[in-house]
Amino acid sequence: MVNPSKNQLIQIRNLTKRYEKLIAVDNLSLEIGQSEVFGLLGPNGAGKTTVIHMLATLLNPTSGSATVNGFDILEDPEKVRSSIGVVFQVPSSDDLLTGYENLKIHALLYGVKPDVREKRISAALELVGLTERKEDQVKKYSGGMRRRLEIARGLIHNPKVLFLDEPTLGLDPSSRETMWKYIQQLVKQEKLTIILTTHYMEEADMLCNRIGIIDKGKIIALDTPARLKSMLGGDIVKLKLKQDSNTDALKNLECISKIESVDGYLLLSVDDAKRNIPEILKHVEVESVEATSPTLNDVFLKLTGRPIKEQAEGGFMERYVQYDKH
Amino acid sequence: MYNTTSIRIYFDKIYALWLREVKVFFREKSRLVASTFTPLLWLFVIGSGFGSSTSISAHAVDYQKFIFPGIICMSVVFSSVFFGSYIIWDRKFDFLKSVMVAPVSRSTIFTGKTFGGMTNSLIQVSILLIVGLIIGVQFSPLALVQTVVIVLLLSFALTSLGLTLGSYMTSLEGFQMIVSFVVFPLFFLSGALFPIDKLPQWLSILTTIDPVTYAVDALRNIILGIGSHGLGLDLGVLLLYSCALGALGTYSFRRMKAV
Repeated sequence: MVNPSKNQLIQIRNLTKRYEKLIAVDNLSLEIGQSEVFGLLGPNGAGKTTVIHMLATLLNPTSGSATVNGFDILEDPEKVRSSIGVVFQVPSSDDLLTGYENLKIHALLYGVKPDVREKRISAALELVGLTERKEDQVKKYSGGMRRRLEIARGLIHNPKVLFLDEPTLGLDPSSRETMWKYIQQLVKQEKLTIILTTHYMEEADMLCNRIGIIDKGKIIALDTPARLKSMLGGDIVKLKLKQDSNTDALKNLECISKIESVDGYLLLSVDDAKRNIPEILKHVEVESVEATSPTLNDVFLKLTGRPIKEQAEGGFMERYVQYDKH
Repeated sequence: MYNTTSIRIYFDKIYALWLREVKVFFREKSRLVASTFTPLLWLFVIGSGFGSSTSISAHAVDYQKFIFPGIICMSVVFSSVFFGSYIIWDRKFDFLKSVMVAPVSRSTIFTGKTFGGMTNSLIQVSILLIVGLIIGVQFSPLALVQTVVIVLLLSFALTSLGLTLGSYMTSLEGFQMIVSFVVFPLFFLSGALFPIDKLPQWLSILTTIDPVTYAVDALRNIILGIGSHGLGLDLGVLLLYSCALGALGTYSFRRMKAV
């Protein structure tokens, strides 16, 4: 490595991408360390994909620069590309080829040596659970399988960094959960730095150990998921108590940071409600329980003072607009 | 040691790009059928239709055989230029992006793609040559080798042209323009369907600058023995066009935007 003293695998310095009227990425600086799972979280059009494209040397910044694995994205683009695997927002494997053929072609493109090539392909297929479908043409794959094939492809050359651009966009809930499972497995098995973009809070929460919230090309918050959420005082648990229920015991629970009484309901600010509700219910008798977690929208609203306008599922429009611009 | 490895890796990359094109070519059945069918339609309908009332008096060949070399070139023109401009699809479905994010230089991508296009053209031409045998065109083994050389040269030049055009296009709307303003003129002005010796001057000028003219003439020379230019001139001009268009294509790929 060129820069052994630094533990940071990715260093972004004042990265800016300006289109005619729009600043897609605005003077962004960021460091991402070895083995981090870093999430770039933001609404569509926030500049997430543009950041990935610049780090992957597909797009030149207007100003500023970055190094990936010690290589400058402007001076050493081919070495940067050798160090990274990229899973794009829209699956980009060839439909007419089989899963195996797609992987083989990419192994060749990445210069994976012949003596390890087949082993690497089998391992990648195994990792994403596609071994049995490897001889099928990709057009016969489901959306989730296509994404998983992309991940296998991104790993075929043992990259240092894997970029996942909206890995579950457009997937149905069960495929999304399967995808999360595979990504978590990946984090466990491979010593890999992962950078993923998403506009799903729960996704970032579940997968990442650090999150940068990005809006209008700027990072507006940077922290662990837990601390970001605690900015909002954690989850809200809404209890309808039975008549004679005594709430004193709740005051001593560590997981509860705030107790309010509103309209006959008890509102608790709870850290990690999913896990702590059973504990809470041991101390009070209730008629109903309702828990809500802070969403990206809540965090975003708090940070920017405006809600995210949820666009139609896709990011496609974002892509389309970028496409049109060139 | 380091050198042989890096050379092998370079050829692996070209091989990968080529392999993908050839596999897709064989699996895209409709493209394969359509692109073989059109030249046959020309050969049999135009060839027999005009053949019944037109005779190429200067040369003692019937019209169908006369246009056979032209139809071979036609199939190369269509398949090569289309192949190149199909790169818009690769871009639309992001396959191109996945190649560009690999450590592969743009000129390597261009080379691999071009080899793919040349292979596709050669396969189509092989089918036509078999049809030629059936309609009674005879060629020696030497003529066959020469035909392959000419076809590969023409295909290289025109695939480069198609890739160049495709690299500048962002939407499929431009595709129809290529058909009208590139493919058809290249074909019609080449003398594929008529002798080029006694043309009016304006047409003669256009025919002279069309690279396909030289391929048609060369193939007529090789297969029928009735060329208008010498084979050396044809070969020279085709080489020149190949170099120029190859360079243009490489340049266009270098400046092509990835996203």
